[in-house]
Amino acid sequence: MKLTLVTGLTGLILLATIVELLRRRQLREKYGMLWLGVLVIVIPLSLFPRLLDNVAGFFGVVSGVSLVLFLGIVFLLLVCVHLSWEVSALEEETRTLAEDFALLRAQIDAERAARLAQDAQLTAANRDELVSHDG
Amino acid sequence: MVNGKRVLIIIPALNESGSIADVVGEVRGELPGVDVLVVDDGSTDRTAAVAAAAGARVAKLPYNLGVGGAMRLGYRYARDNDYDVAIQIDADGQHDPRYVPKLVDLLDDNDLVIGARFAGEGDYSVRGPRRWAMVMLSGVLSRVAKTRLTDTTSGFRAANRRVIEMFAGWYPAEYLGDTVETLVHTARRGYRIRQVPVAMRKRMAGTPSHSPAKAMIYLGRAFAVLTLALIRR
Repeated sequence: MKLTLVTGLTGLILLATIVELLRRRQLREKYGMLWLGVLVIVIPLSLFPRLLDNVAGFFGVVSGVSLVLFLGIVFLLLVCVHLSWEVSALEEETRTLAEDFALLRAQIDAERAARLAQDAQLTAANRDELVSHDG
Repeated sequence: MVNGKRVLIIIPALNESGSIADVVGEVRGELPGVDVLVVDDGSTDRTAAVAAAAGARVAKLPYNLGVGGAMRLGYRYARDNDYDVAIQIDADGQHDPRYVPKLVDLLDDNDLVIGARFAGEGDYSVRGPRRWAMVMLSGVLSRVAKTRLTDTTSGFRAANRRVIEMFAGWYPAEYLGDTVETLVHTARRGYRIRQVPVAMRKRMAGTPSHSPAKAMIYLGRAFAVLTLALIRR
């Protein structure tokens, strides 16, 4: 009974956390939905751990709890791989942005330098003109 | 202009304020009609300012991307500004710009020309795991490229328009990707690669590492990068 209380409470706290993060828009919907889906499966199991014993028996696993543990680890591994993939994609995107940014900055610098040179030339020409009028 | 071609020299630089001015100055002195682009790969020192003062065009990345990232930026610049030839030169001064016309000449019949050490000119020797890595890389890559390549990790290379176009859209940012993987990719797409012997000089600043542990790690990484490059599309 005590164990059911611990696992059930843990499940409910996790559910509340995910909902709150979604409510504050701290979590993209695709991840929020993923974890909510997981909790919908996990919370009943935390209250009734023997629920999967039949399914486990079918796969040759002695206890439903072991089956859940195994599936849980496989699932978490997949999530980690997916996150590495997402980070790789993000790095590629930020790399392209950094390159675009550097190209734009180089272009602006070049244009400013050209304008300054032109201004300097004009000023020099004006000064020469003044000097010649004076003379 | 070199032999009637618009040439851009791309120099990727990370914290090279000690040598970059001399390198840019030497390139501009030896090759007067050539544009120089220094790609500052997120340096924390005054590399960009020093390079600009020496007369180079400067593209400054907001943070460090690695040589591959800096080079793709350089090739994009070359493509956007219609250069016929893009040449990569190291910022530490070990590449002699007097070889550039030779590389450009060879681009008439080739798409990518590599300036290679150990190919008869100059003196340069390595031993141990680093040497094994180089033997492995040159053996496999020579076969893939169907031409003799002895210095596959050389950062001295010239590309024509077709290769600039390809590199501007695709250039790996990972370790050794900028040398090993680009060679596999380029050769597989039917571009002609050719190496030309060049003498390398001592670096003007900085020191190469000689630790045996690092050399072993280098061998492992080189093997991993090569294997990945071969099984990729």
